Parts: sequence; C-alpha cells; structure tokens
Amino acid sequence: MPTTRIGGRAIDVNDEGFLTEYSQWDENLAPILAGYAGVEDLTDEHWKVLRFLRADYPARKETATLRRVASVGGFDMKELFRLFPGKPAKKMAYIAGLPKPKGCV
Amino acid sequence: MRRLVILGGGTAGTMVANKLRAAYPPDELHITVVDRDDDHHYQPGYLFLPVGIYSEDKIVRSRHHFIPDGVELVLAEIDRVDAAAKAVHLGDGRSLEYDTLVIATGVEPRPDLTPGADHPDVHHFYDLPHSLALANAMKEFSGGRLIVHLTDMPIKCPVAPLEFTFLADAHFRERKSRKKVEIVYVTPLDGAFTKPIASRELGQMFTERDIRLEPDFAVERVDTEAKELVSYDDRRVPYDLLVSIPLNVGPEYVARSGLGDDMNLVPCDQHTMRSLEHPDIFVLGDGGTLQTSKAGSVAHFSVDVFMENWPYYIAGRELPHKFDGHANCFIETGHGKGMLLDFNYGTQPYTGGFPFPGVGPMTLLGESRSNHLAKLAFRFVYWEFLLRGRPLPFTTDMHLLGKKIEGEASGTANKDLVLGLLKRHPAPPTTTAKAAKPSARKPAARKPSSPQRAGGPKTPAASRQSAGPVPDYVPIVAVDSTADPSTILPDPIIPKF
Ligand SMILES: Cc1cc2nc3c(=O)[nH]c(=O)nc-3n(C[C@H](O)[C@H](O)[C@H](O)COP(=O)(O)OP(=O)(O)OC[C@H]3O[C@@H](n4cnc5c(N)ncnc54)[C@H](O)[C@@H]3O)c2cc1C
Repeated sequence: MPTTRIGGRAIDVNDEGFLTEYSQWDENLAPILAGYAGVEDLTDEHWKVLRFLRADYPARKETATLRRVASVGGFDMKELFRLFPGKPAKKMAYIAGLPKPKGCV
Repeated sequence: MRRLVILGGGTAGTMVANKLRAAYPPDELHITVVDRDDDHHYQPGYLFLPVGIYSEDKIVRSRHHFIPDGVELVLAEIDRVDAAAKAVHLGDGRSLEYDTLVIATGVEPRPDLTPGADHPDVHHFYDLPHSLALANAMKEFSGGRLIVHLTDMPIKCPVAPLEFTFLADAHFRERKSRKKVEIVYVTPLDGAFTKPIASRELGQMFTERDIRLEPDFAVERVDTEAKELVSYDDRRVPYDLLVSIPLNVGPEYVARSGLGDDMNLVPCDQHTMRSLEHPDIFVLGDGGTLQTSKAGSVAHFSVDVFMENWPYYIAGRELPHKFDGHANCFIETGHGKGMLLDFNYGTQPYTGGFPFPGVGPMTLLGESRSNHLAKLAFRFVYWEFLLRGRPLPFTTDMHLLGKKIEGEASGTANKDLVLGLLKRHPAPPTTTAKAAKPSARKPAARKPSSPQRAGGPKTPAASRQSAGPVPDYVPIVAVDSTADPSTILPDPIIPKF
C-alpha cells in the first residue's frame, strides 16, 4: 500500500487513493480531499453528511452506502447528489477518509 | 435435549437441517424448520424461464422431500422473534421456544420499494410469477430497446442480471432479430461488476456483443407513463421492455423483531455467521451480512463451517473454524456457453482454470461449453446433493490452483490438499437418475408485507428500530503514517471520479 503526502502530512492510501487508516483523517484534511474530488466548498450541509459517515463507520467497519446515508442518516437522496455530484457515494467516502463503500459481491 | 429452530426451509435451512440430523440423534437435538409454504423453488432456474430454456416444472418441488425424517416441518408465516425470551411467534398464533435459532429466511425481491417499479409492465425474474410474466413479454417483444437494470446491491446471485443480458442477446440472435433490439445494461456500479478484473472482462464481453453499459445510475423511480428510468441526478433512460432487478431485502419479521439493519439483514460475524448481538442466533444463507455473494454456493460453504463449529458452540467454547467468504458462480453467457467466477474475502475473481472432476476443467472468467454444462448440471447437484447435505465436488476453502493472480490473493494454494479433497468427493453422475415428482401447485404471487411508502428514498419499513443506533460524531486528532519517509510519494493519488 502506498503512502502519499496530503496537506503536508504522510498518509496511507490504497492503490486507488482512498485513505486506509481511520485515525489518519481529521477535519483539516477534508477540504483538501474535497478539492481532489472536485467538490469546491464544504458547506454545513456537506459537513453533516461527512460527520454522519465518520460516526457510522467504527462500529460497522464498513462505509455507509448511499441508501444507508439516506435512510439511517435521514438525508435526502437528491440533496446528496446535489452536494456530491456524479458519484456521491464514492466522493463522500473519499472526502471522509473512509474506504470506498463496497458494492458487495 | 437442545431445541433448535431453523427459520426458513430454503437452500440454507434445508441443508443445515439435513446435516445436523445426520450428525446428531433426535433425543440429543430437536430440530424444527419453519417456512410459510411447502414449495421449495430452485431459484437459479428463474433465470432460464424467460428465454425458454427451462419449464416451470423443473423449478418447484415439495419441501417435504428434502426435510429428513426426525425433523419437524412447521408451515406458517413467521411473525416475530423475541430474542430475549428465546421464542418465535408464528402468524397463526403458535409460538416455538428455542435454545438455538438459525435464521435462514434469505432475502426477497421488493419492487414496491422503488416508486413505479411494481407496475405490471416492469419486469424481473427474481420470483416465479415475475419470471413467467417476463417469459411472455420476451415472446411478444418484436424489437426496440431492452433495458436490463440493477436497482442496487446487494442482490442474490449478483451475476444473474449479467447472465440475463447475455442470454437475451443470444436469444434475439438465435431468432435473427438482434438487429431490431438495442440492449442497454443500467447499473449503480461503476462497471459491469463489483470486482475490478471481472468487471473488465465482462465489460469487454458487453462490447463484443454490442451491449451498451450505463454505469453509476442511482435510480429514483420508474416513470411508467413516459417509459423511462429516472435517476436521482435526473438522468433518464427510455425503454420499450424493462427488466429491473428490484432491491433485495430481508423479510419484514426481521425488522419487527429488531434484528435487522437498514436492509433487514441480520448483522453477523464474517467468519462464524453468529449474530453479533445474540450468541444463540446464527444467520445462514442470504439473510446475513457476509461481505460476499448471496448465492447457494456461499450457503453451502458457510454451512460446512457452521457444522465444524457446532460441537464447540455446544460446549460453550470459542468457535475455531473460520469461513473465508468463498463463492463460486457460474455465469451463463449464451449460445450454450458459460464461465465461472471463484473468489473469497481476500481474492477477487481471476482468469484461469478450475478443476471440476467429472465435468472437466472449467475456465475461470472465460467462456466454455463445460462451464455451461456445469451450470445445467447444478440443478441436479442442487436437488440431490446440496439440499440433502451430501458432500459436493468443491472444496470449502477457496484454492488458488489454476488461477492467474494479478494482485492480492488469499486462499489455499496447496495442490495436494486440493486434489485430495476432490478425490474424497467424487463427481456426481451427470444423468438425472431419480427425479422426485415435481409439485404441480402454482405459488400465488406474494403481496409485500409492508404497505408501499410514498416519496423519499425507499428502504425497508423497519430500519428505524433496527440494530444499533449510530453513535455521536466525535472529532479526533489525526496521526501520521509511520511509513519509512523515503518511500512516501510526493504527489497524492487521486481516484477517478
Ligand atoms: C434468479 C436467481 C438466480 C440464481 N442463481 C444462482 C446460481 O446460479 N448459483 C447460486 O449459487 N445461487 C443462485 N441464486 C441464489 C440462491 O438461490 C440463493 O442464494 C439461495 O437460495 C439462498 O438460500 P437461503 O436459504 O438463504 O434463502 P432461500 O433459499 O431464499 O430461503 C428462504 C426461505 O425462507 C422462507 N421465508 C422467508 N420469510 C418468511 C416468513 N416471514 N415466514 C415463513 N417463511 C419465510 C421463504 O419461503 C424461503 O423458503 C440465484 C437466485 C436467483 C433469484
């Protein structure tokens, strides 16, 4: 697994670029990752989603799927697409420093 | 005497009832199986009905044929599990007390959870009535745009939508009408399949067959007036014939019992299938949260591990045997050919060969006639071996023999061990020697057990009260990587978005 420099810090990522260590992410990293994901500004609305993802992860060891973010987190699906256009599930997970949600098999 | 109640007499429930009955006498272990009716369906057969390869009588048999003597079969709707009181309440008012509970009620297709998708013109092949209706629609379809659409993962047999697409392509080619049919595969995934190498190979097969891929499509609703699929980001895909694989979720009783997650799946340990919340509940088959395919092969491999752990469980000891997520799926690719995917938690499907005695070497992730024959033979294997708990010509731990590894892999690569196991389990005969009489009864289309909810993202009704609330967010102080500084790449790796 590669280690890269993001925001001046050494961060472990996988081959695709997703962070692999929950403990290496903090809120200062998010705007930088958001920039890479093409999300210009992190508004309060973005932060609510990111914080939900971060809080949901540790017990389940699995990134919430879009459906879970909507149903359990109580977010509106259309809104998620507006906030993280194109590939919301992938973008949200990336910016929150979590693994890409498994499509399962 | 221990009382075991098995909920669901489908693939996993029937299999485990047979294995336990063979291993333990009735005065040691009392086994009850509960299912709502007496019709056991061979679900992989649903795929073949719409393209005229199978007939209905090959698909349904009486559950009684496969439940062994000395096991009580209770036919009733399961209403609720009271895990604290260790009791199951049935729809007819009866209750069953248990010492150990096996949840094997699987998942079911729920078109009603996507607005518009439960319209009679929206087809799928995930239950018998819909598969039969689709067979008619395919017969009547004279040309236009066929959309094969996957609503969301996880679904049982994740390759089935792809198979249907290949079979439909072959079906129209054989009828010389392929030129009049445009085929589009619409998926919420970013490729044809979940795993990268399989996705690449399958994507290539789409191109060769002139099947268009529409990835990253998160469906909001089906507009049956305009005949369009509509996504949350307002993309629209028009169709003439729509085959839309619905959400697959666990039954409502799981939610009512407070045992399920947001998809009514019962959270369970990845390696022992034990409920994370209740140590006397195990989840076998599709109804749990194993991060592998929801497939009969997985049910089989995981039931083997369950059986190995059972004596330890009874003795109150730690469970030493660990399921590795092993799945293998035959994929029908049309024109009498098929391919095989073989993978586990650590290893994605690779190309290569797979030794299958009796049927000959199988091609992994490549098409061959023997793969297709194996898939057809699987029906026989299913009724005669799998359900009855007889040993199969596969190994439970996935082995890496014959695979071309392109990245990370975990599994057994010990040739002698693999061949040894194969020798112990001789291949099944290839003729259907004694076929039990199929039940003639037609199952009625089942009504979904929860009323349709209007608007908003659709999820199973009970997600609110189910397994584990989300803890509060607490900001953390991040730590840096401990990697050797000389190995740190100066530039970030940015995923493709
Ligand atoms: C189209 C299709 C193709 C497939 N192809 C393949 C394939 O090629 N290879 C493969 O390995 N697998 C395939 N599968 C998947 C395979 O059929 C399932 O993975 C397997 O049947 C799962 O077994 P199970 O015991 O978990 O659930 P099931 O076999 O579905 O059994 C669940 C049982 O629980 C009962 N039940 C549920 N709720 C209640 C209730 N409230 N009260 C009473 N009873 C209840 C149901 O009646 C049912 O009998 C396919 C599935 C489909 C739909």
